[in-house]
Amino acid sequence: MTSLVGTGALVRLVVRRDRVRLLAWVAAIVALVAVTAASTKGLYPTQRDLDLAAAAVRDNPAALAFNGPDQALDTIGGQIAYQVGAFGLVVVGLMSLLLVGRLTRTEEDSGRLELVRSMPVGRDAPLAAALVVVGGAQLLTAAGASASLVALDQEVHGSVVFGLGFLGVGWVWMGLTALTAQVAENPRVATGVAGGALGVAYVVRAAGDMSGGGLSWLSPIGWAQKARPFAGETWWPLVLLLAVAAALVAAAVVVAERRDFGAGLVPPRPGPARAAPGLRSPLALAVRLHRTAIAWWALATALLGLVYGSLAESIEDFIGDNEAIADILASLEGVSLVDSYLSTSLLITALLAVGPALQVAGRMRAEEADLRVEPLLATQLSRPRWMGAHVALALGGAALALALGGLGLGVGHAAVGGGTGQVAELTVGALVYLPAVLLLAGLPVLLFGVAPRGTVGGWLGLAVAFVIAMFGELLELPQLVMDVSPMQHVPPVPASGVRVPPLAVLAALAATTIAAGFVAFRRRDLRPG
Amino acid sequence: MDPVISVRGLVKTFGSTRALDGLDLEVAPGEVHGFLGPNGSGKTTTIRVLLGLLRADAGEVRLLGGHPWHDAVELHRRLAYVPGDVSLWPKLTGGEIIDLFARIRGDVDERRRDELIQRFELDPTKRARTYSKGNRQKVALVAGLASSAELLVLDEPTSGLDPLMEAIFQDCIRELRDEGRTVLLSSHILAEVEALCERVSIIRAGRTVESGSLDSLRELTRTSVTATTERPVEGLGALPGVHDLEVRAQLDGDTEVRFQVDTAQLGPAIEVLSRAGIRTLLSQPPTLEELFLRHYGDQLEPDELVDDAG
Repeated sequence: MTSLVGTGALVRLVVRRDRVRLLAWVAAIVALVAVTAASTKGLYPTQRDLDLAAAAVRDNPAALAFNGPDQALDTIGGQIAYQVGAFGLVVVGLMSLLLVGRLTRTEEDSGRLELVRSMPVGRDAPLAAALVVVGGAQLLTAAGASASLVALDQEVHGSVVFGLGFLGVGWVWMGLTALTAQVAENPRVATGVAGGALGVAYVVRAAGDMSGGGLSWLSPIGWAQKARPFAGETWWPLVLLLAVAAALVAAAVVVAERRDFGAGLVPPRPGPARAAPGLRSPLALAVRLHRTAIAWWALATALLGLVYGSLAESIEDFIGDNEAIADILASLEGVSLVDSYLSTSLLITALLAVGPALQVAGRMRAEEADLRVEPLLATQLSRPRWMGAHVALALGGAALALALGGLGLGVGHAAVGGGTGQVAELTVGALVYLPAVLLLAGLPVLLFGVAPRGTVGGWLGLAVAFVIAMFGELLELPQLVMDVSPMQHVPPVPASGVRVPPLAVLAALAATTIAAGFVAFRRRDLRPG
Repeated sequence: MDPVISVRGLVKTFGSTRALDGLDLEVAPGEVHGFLGPNGSGKTTTIRVLLGLLRADAGEVRLLGGHPWHDAVELHRRLAYVPGDVSLWPKLTGGEIIDLFARIRGDVDERRRDELIQRFELDPTKRARTYSKGNRQKVALVAGLASSAELLVLDEPTSGLDPLMEAIFQDCIRELRDEGRTVLLSSHILAEVEALCERVSIIRAGRTVESGSLDSLRELTRTSVTATTERPVEGLGALPGVHDLEVRAQLDGDTEVRFQVDTAQLGPAIEVLSRAGIRTLLSQPPTLEELFLRHYGDQLEPDELVDDAG
């Protein structure tokens, strides 16, 4: 087995280099399970609450599509498995594909692996090390998830099957990404294909769960749910997951043994020798650089809106006389439950819509850090024009995601009987959040100007706004703290009417923040990474 | 004529690091000026200040008659820049990137672009992420050389190029010089600087240690001389400026001498030799490498000190 020489040393290197990232993934997923389990216990204190919740979901195809099949929903365990649901399994798959992609093809593409392979290290050692580390991290995640369920008084048997479902899906996407990383020469394509497969697996089981289950057998995510944690566990779908994971890993090793270093199975195609006529300005370049990311964010926001909208009419059945949930939603007197549900949905949509702006701002900083901006600014291109192109895309991307989120919410609601008027009303309603979204989007713009290495801090602003919006009332945060988030100053349409003064103040603050970023960037040195 | 680049007493600090410490640089119109210095001596920092990417802390900097920070955009219409560490957008092809730069510069010359792509044997259809270091460098070179800018700022522009491409690059620069354009060439490749530049500035630790024409710089260092004479040479060791003298009697009765002489003292030394009857004479002027090492190698300094004392 000389092809595995050096695996141990590489494992130590990877763990040393990525220990924070690895721990963050494990902790985040375990926390997702633990928090969902704890809150599910809190939300459904009586059997009657559980029965109502189960009845509401059973008749709602959208809910089944979003989370998973109807399995023992009238028990706490079943509810927990349903609430974490397919979403949790997708996150586990993401963890695998991002980590494996990073440790295999990205390393190879960057040229770092070439140095490693020039040393006495076996041909398969880098791949083996990546699998050991990611496989181990998934084991830790699964064990943590099971343990946290047991700690929250759930049955051991169900908790273990639940954790094994996570492990199986994690390992399948680990194997799949190991394979795509051998086949594709470009790291983005490698993770993109694995990510696409994850999306397809999610959608296939969504269709299956809505229509009674048969189709879900075509999806590894479906298999994890077919193991029925807390609902009369069946073990053999888990064996299926492990078998597929093993087959994928074996296929990856076979391809790895046969291919050249740096190459894939698919040779790269030549691109255009000349730039398209439109590629002639910093704005056109920025569009080219950011369009894919913005499109994905816009699609995600629109889909989220669509799902939330389609659940709007069943919200009353869903909540029934559950006071815990009613309290969260109806913080306003004399407002219908549906309207306050829609208000909350718009708020979440607005938070998500900040995402594209933060990602674009981060890439703007990367352009500077990776030295790509210097030759551009050495032409007659001025700093404000260069920065303006990226900021326009950041703000435009956020506005687009916001509008599409509102549109999706409106269409979703209209489709289940909310009335066609909802489409326009909720789209416009989403735009009420625009000043607040632009203010949060302006934060990384300001940071880029003042402290470019801190541009990533924009995500912190969004995280704070998110925590305040989602948990502020539950945690009984003081008003002073709540007021920090710009989202809290937006009148919660449609539950309340539009009031202009707070929106004008938010808009003025957003404009000032962004302008200050421009001024600061004009005055500072360029700082490579 | 006013200089194209005029830098006096330039200081730039990063935190507690003093990257530039009173640097001077003067580049005249129409010249190819070599800008030499070891790694970390401040060449790239100087160029970034000239491009208005960094702000000078102290000193006077004029570029094409303007202020590099305040008049950046106006000045950049008149110059082209080729970095030594080329980073490109991975998803764009080389051809797209070259076109993009030409269009942003507003300086599109299709014929010249195609000619340069052909001369440098660049495949413009490949995505930037698949280019090797040398090919990335070619993309930046073609983009810069295709412009009609009056000043070219080149920061180690040939790093990663093969000798064939290096020769083509030198041809291109000579053509530019013949057109009367000005070039600031920062380089490590001394043969390249020697082949292209009339004048050079050598910097070290953020300061200019030597500046002038290559000929005048040569006068400041030693020429090495090897000769055979009919009779023994007398009095050579006593001449000022002669170093490392070796005398060897040959079997046929001739004398072989080798020595180094301060270039300014070359005349008197040859006179002494000719009195002994010169049979063969080989005189080598200092290479740029020797000029360069004189200012780089710390180990040479004690030797210089002794010489100065003597």
